[in-house]
Amino acid sequence: MKLLLSWLDEYVGAEAPLATDIDALSDTLAMLGLPVEDVIRTGAVAGVVTARVVRTEQHPDAAKVQRVWVDAGDGHQRHVWCGAFNFRSGDVVPLATLGTEMPDGRTITRRGILGIDSDGMLCSARELGLGDDHSGILVLPEDSPLGVPYGDVVGLHADVIVDVDVTRNRPDCLSYVGVARDLAAKLGVAFTPPRPPVPVLAIGGPLTTVDLVAGDRCGRFTSSVLSGVVIAPSATWMAARLTAAGMRPINNVVDVSNYVMLELGQPNHAYDLATLGGSGFRVRLARDGERLTTLDDVERVLTVDDLLICDATDAPIGLGGIMGGADTEISDTTTTVALEVAWFAPMAIGRSVSRLGLRSEASARYERGVDPYVADTAIARFVELLGETCPDLRVVPGAVDARGSGLPPQQRSSAVRVAQINRILGTTLSASDLPALLDPIGFTVSGTGDVVEVALPSWRPDSTEEIDVVEEVGRHYGYDRIGKAMPTSTLHGRLSVPQQRRRQLRAILLGLGVTEAMPNPFLAPDTLVKAGLPGDALRITNPLVAEESVLRTSLRPGLLRAIAFNESHRRPGVALFEIGHVYPPAGGELPDEYEALGVVLAGHEAPAAVAVWREIATAMGVGARIDQGRVPPGLHATRSATLVAGRDAIGAVGEAAPEVLDAFDITERVAILELDLRAVLEREPKPAAWKPTSRHPSSDLDLAFVLADDVPAEKLDKAIRQGAGALLVDLVLFDVYRGAGLGDGRRSLAYRLRLQAADRNLTEGDIADVRAKVTAATSRLGAELRS
Amino acid sequence: MIDDIRAARDAALERIAAATTIDDVATLDAQLLGKRGDLAQLKTRLGALATVDERKAAGRQLNDATSAAAAALADRRAALGAAERARRVEAERLDLTEYVARAGRGRPHLVTQAWERLEDVFVGLGFQVAEGPEIETDWHNFEALNMGEGHPARSDFDTLFVDHAGAEPGRTVLRTHTSPVQIRTMLASGPPIYVIAPGRVFRRDTPDSTHMPVFHQIEGLVVDRGITLAHLAGTIEAFTKAFFGSEFSSRLRPSYFPFTEPSGEFDIRTPKGTWLELGGCGMVHPNVLRAGGIDPEEWSGFAFGFGIDRMAKERHAVDDIRDMFTGDIRFAEQF
Repeated sequence: MKLLLSWLDEYVGAEAPLATDIDALSDTLAMLGLPVEDVIRTGAVAGVVTARVVRTEQHPDAAKVQRVWVDAGDGHQRHVWCGAFNFRSGDVVPLATLGTEMPDGRTITRRGILGIDSDGMLCSARELGLGDDHSGILVLPEDSPLGVPYGDVVGLHADVIVDVDVTRNRPDCLSYVGVARDLAAKLGVAFTPPRPPVPVLAIGGPLTTVDLVAGDRCGRFTSSVLSGVVIAPSATWMAARLTAAGMRPINNVVDVSNYVMLELGQPNHAYDLATLGGSGFRVRLARDGERLTTLDDVERVLTVDDLLICDATDAPIGLGGIMGGADTEISDTTTTVALEVAWFAPMAIGRSVSRLGLRSEASARYERGVDPYVADTAIARFVELLGETCPDLRVVPGAVDARGSGLPPQQRSSAVRVAQINRILGTTLSASDLPALLDPIGFTVSGTGDVVEVALPSWRPDSTEEIDVVEEVGRHYGYDRIGKAMPTSTLHGRLSVPQQRRRQLRAILLGLGVTEAMPNPFLAPDTLVKAGLPGDALRITNPLVAEESVLRTSLRPGLLRAIAFNESHRRPGVALFEIGHVYPPAGGELPDEYEALGVVLAGHEAPAAVAVWREIATAMGVGARIDQGRVPPGLHATRSATLVAGRDAIGAVGEAAPEVLDAFDITERVAILELDLRAVLEREPKPAAWKPTSRHPSSDLDLAFVLADDVPAEKLDKAIRQGAGALLVDLVLFDVYRGAGLGDGRRSLAYRLRLQAADRNLTEGDIADVRAKVTAATSRLGAELRS
Repeated sequence: MIDDIRAARDAALERIAAATTIDDVATLDAQLLGKRGDLAQLKTRLGALATVDERKAAGRQLNDATSAAAAALADRRAALGAAERARRVEAERLDLTEYVARAGRGRPHLVTQAWERLEDVFVGLGFQVAEGPEIETDWHNFEALNMGEGHPARSDFDTLFVDHAGAEPGRTVLRTHTSPVQIRTMLASGPPIYVIAPGRVFRRDTPDSTHMPVFHQIEGLVVDRGITLAHLAGTIEAFTKAFFGSEFSSRLRPSYFPFTEPSGEFDIRTPKGTWLELGGCGMVHPNVLRAGGIDPEEWSGFAFGFGIDRMAKERHAVDDIRDMFTGDIRFAEQF
């Protein structure tokens, strides 16, 4: 809500104008829950001065413009080009001098036409932000002094606009009066809202009728007839205020309508009575498919949930609470106005607004909740203000005030326990402190006991119960006056086991040189299939774009995309991991979402992923079999395995399948590790028990075995361990050789066995014994010891 | 005899001084001091001397000569050894600025860095860390948080809905905030509650330099007997000082959220005196406590929340938040 401070001053009885100390004002507003988002200094356009037209001359080669000589009070004649012809010699006009920055962003320069310079520019009202009039140059009163800022002549002075952010619960603050009420209370000064005189009713004249069909949606509909209207521009002061509020001045009737809305927060609509069929209104729900062209010249297709204002012949003339129709618009020839001041049920307005994508100043107020009982003041204020430009304005009696079932009660109140206020706010207030805090904002307090009765004002529809009053007490007592205390928790701060282990896992990966990524969890519909994964996945009902409409079931696509991104930016070989949720489609009330780890090592083959897995497995005490018989989907058929713990598949390890790499435009090999972190994080293994380190010397025994390719090394490994028995303290595979001399389908695996006894030095006999037993154990796999 | 000894000693010392390698010194050691060495040879002649005194004198001379030779050998050996090591050290000179780059440590994501720093501060303040699903029921995400069906504040959230067979259409959402974890925590453990809930949240927002449809929030919830707005202010202040530094302070000012009342925003005051808007907070609304199975007449509580990504973005002055989520290694390596 933009607030022109000189305007707001009218309703706040502060000693100094509010603009005197903007910082203090901003702080006060912030502590009321009305934070200032922007401060705009405004006023007349600097550099535009009054000047008298001395003479004009038509240039033979320029028909649409004329040459004008003006005197800006210094007796010197300046030449300017001008495209308007609505003035004569002797008129006083605004002259934008060289260098002036105009409201539309232009800077006035000397550049003229036909090689003749222009020493400034004469301005229209619109060019000065003073309304819509661009038919000619703004002609100022003849007796205006020359060479002075034009603002001094039109009454436009330096001013400040503060733009305050109004939260959804404060519809009252979408008006000057609402903000002023809160502000005056906080500052402890008088609140001086407008008190327009009750309109004097004329005798005789046209009447209107109101047929309130949808009374649940329209709680109140008043119609007043104003005759003697003469459409004219508004007074300059009103045009200036509306402009400051971001509204375009149009004519006196529309401007007064907007002014009343801004001032009191009551939207209203003026119809040309001559165009109102049957001289009356009918408020009903629309029919499905019914059409209405709104003021913005867009034809709207409606549903039974939209509320229509119709004329008495049932022809739609407006969308209730949102926007009027084009046909009954005020025109230059309007002489009699039917003024609608109504109240609509907020939630339904909100629905129509979002369905139609049509927002207006009126709907913004109605959907949050307008004061249902400010209508009488609004009508009186409208009459008072329009009377200033329409001296013959008459209010025809018989104003209709139809009320529907949806109208909220005028008198509401809530019992409030003083103890509850203190229990929530941490204050030590007593009942006698409350009136000073609450009465000025209309939450009038009655009673002095432990429980008081507090009125809930009609302009605060958000306030319905005790806790709402507690908040008002807090706001006006001041959040900044409430102390700061630490609660004394009986609980202890800590990370849970999975949270600690998640950090451990991350630390291991970082130490292994893998960098963390957080790709978008939303995928395009075909991405999972491109990654070789099942396409079955959850879909977002209302995605922003189709490319982000599917919820990932695997971290793999996001990580592969990141590799492709880096490759395309000449960064091959990246190692990335992600710890994040995946969302498989199965499940009960909610899908079986779980946390997963994905690791991708670009430029590496499958063993690199196995190495990462082994590091994690050892460090975190997680065991799993590498089942090469189960190739996970999307992974390389001969270089991948499922990690199996007990009977559960807990992950996959290997390399991306070539067709997947192609689909992602990746040219490197990519080693992949994926883990279901439920299996990794949730259980903490028992701490490893200490084993004594032998003080006796150790011996190394190097053995190379020739083994068929289809027997996994894992089995050989196991056989060696079994054969070597207790003397084996370490086993390392240090060389793998395939090639000449071994024959097809076989390879040589060279191991180093470190042997050591706990209690004695080893003998040659011990070593020979190990060698014999290992040979025997491995020969059962078909392994031959290489000599 | 005495002259012979002196001559032999001088000759020995001369040869030792002339040795140029450790090997030379070892050879000399054997030649001079060995059983058949020059000085040992002289010893055999002692017996031929006439008097005891002469023998004694010559013996002393010979011992002195032997000691002198041994000492000279040791010195020479040490000197040559030092020279040898000095030569080797000199020959091994490296330019340590010749750094051939190789893969180093991985980098934690900026969001993770901020997330863990926040967790650590709150754990230090006595909080535990709660988590919840990212796909939520409408009830947990809205209804239980005092936003019944049709509540206008729902439209502030730009919700993404999930097509999930297990629930009625429109009832499954990508959580729009971490607040449903409040409800889950209340229902799961009951008061007293001191938790924070960091997590991923989703909004139907077009990405730009400051917004992502997928981002991260941290939420705090305390429910206990006698909890007041002053405790909220005190906790925010303690967090401010622990996280930003003791020269920072905080303030609460009124605001509106459907799930808290009184509601507030909290701002951080920097040492320069400027205010940084950080997040929303308030006393847990009685309706929310009731939805969590907690009697609002017996217990009261506060909640607060703010964005994690923004913290990371501002800490490192990242221009465009989208850059944090492309997986660009050139970005990650900067931090």
